[in-house]
Amino acid sequence: MMETPGLSENRKDVNRLVALPFRKSVQMAYQSIRVRFFRSMVTTMSLVLAVAFLAFIQVGNDIAQGLLSSGNPDFIQALAKAGFDISPENTAVTSSAKQRWIVFLSLLVCVVGIINAQLMSVTERFREIGTLKCLGALDRFIVRIFLLEATMQGLAGAFAGSLLGAVTALLTSLARFGFSLGSHIPWSQIGITLFFTLCIGTFLSLLGVLYPAMLASRMRPVEAMRVEQ
Amino acid sequence: MTESKKIVRVSEVTKNFDLGKIVVKVLKGIDLEIETGKYVSIMGPSGSGKSTLFNMIGGLDKPTAGKVFIDEVDIAQLDAYELAWLRCRKIGYIFQTFNLIPVMTALENITLPMTFAGVSGDDATERGMALLNQVGLTGRHGHRPSELSGGQQQRVAVARALANTPAIILADEPTGNLDLTTGEDIINLLKELSVERGVTVISATHDYKMLNVSDQVIWIRDGRIDKIQAREELEIRTGGLESAGA
Repeated sequence: MMETPGLSENRKDVNRLVALPFRKSVQMAYQSIRVRFFRSMVTTMSLVLAVAFLAFIQVGNDIAQGLLSSGNPDFIQALAKAGFDISPENTAVTSSAKQRWIVFLSLLVCVVGIINAQLMSVTERFREIGTLKCLGALDRFIVRIFLLEATMQGLAGAFAGSLLGAVTALLTSLARFGFSLGSHIPWSQIGITLFFTLCIGTFLSLLGVLYPAMLASRMRPVEAMRVEQ
Repeated sequence: MTESKKIVRVSEVTKNFDLGKIVVKVLKGIDLEIETGKYVSIMGPSGSGKSTLFNMIGGLDKPTAGKVFIDEVDIAQLDAYELAWLRCRKIGYIFQTFNLIPVMTALENITLPMTFAGVSGDDATERGMALLNQVGLTGRHGHRPSELSGGQQQRVAVARALANTPAIILADEPTGNLDLTTGEDIINLLKELSVERGVTVISATHDYKMLNVSDQVIWIRDGRIDKIQAREELEIRTGGLESAGA
């Protein structure tokens, strides 16, 4: 038949011919977040809160560690009064099992929240996704756009959350131990902690979008034709 | 071989939808050929299988049995990449609900398929602006779909469908969400473009305004082709169009 040579000729080129440059997909993801700002904010909110909680606990511990290693008996007494588990032989403040458990639960709830919000967003955008496919988008373009959106939301949300948590932890420590703790705050350790919470937040955002993005990418282009809402 | 080129060939296509306990036979054996450059309307009541046939021609759905050839390529043989390429380069889609990407401007909507096709940014912008002029939307390139009327949105959609100079434009009820005059404008625009660029326009519709510009009308009834009428036959029957739909 006539079609066979033409087809096999195309076969090699096709991969190259349908393309979405990375810059363009970043731009599309950014645009989508910007235009649907309120929607994105709601999606990101649970992440902000969970990361803020994580940062609050971690930075609080950092500060407590700073005070403990200062060796000042007043501080150590204040720490013990504030509920930190300090015995004379302890030289390190670590998060208690209960703290870890609560933080873990809050992060879990946050991921479930993100999955829920992203599934909604995929449902809302089924027509858009179907149209993109009719225009020639491959499954992985769709996945990429969703992942990029989630990365941006994750970075922004985790940044805001880390900041919020750290500031709250600093303020409560100030209220608890007075201004004299100023020189004992371990800034570099807090910096490392905040970087860590930023990564965790972004990772959680990506984790939450994986399943919705896969669902979106498998949507059939014929969905775009559907007329009923 | 025939002298005029067949852009779409549908041979003995059947389509069943398996709904678990019952199998609904939507298409019961369709044979069809569509010539390059023609303006073809697929007419039929809802539930006749019109949309299913239409989706099949557009490579959006695969037949249960039989073959659909687009430009002499059997679409059932294509993998996901080749289908995407086909949708991107060979076919332009126009939808009843316009389906512009809401977060993008008119120009970005038009240049998106060009981006997929690998056209560079500047070329795409230039061609996009030319297309906007052609559909009569000069100066509206920076507007989002929500800032455009229904008719204007459909014009953008027409321009987007033309972005990669496709061989076929598939229009699914392009006037379904538009008022009478706006719908007529869109039909005329499609006809104009079809003549000017030699694009084959295939539209599924039950809008009788469409008949005036169609070179060929395919009537579908109950999963089969009821009749295929050429334009001349239609004109003889002028005044009898209402009865044709009854």
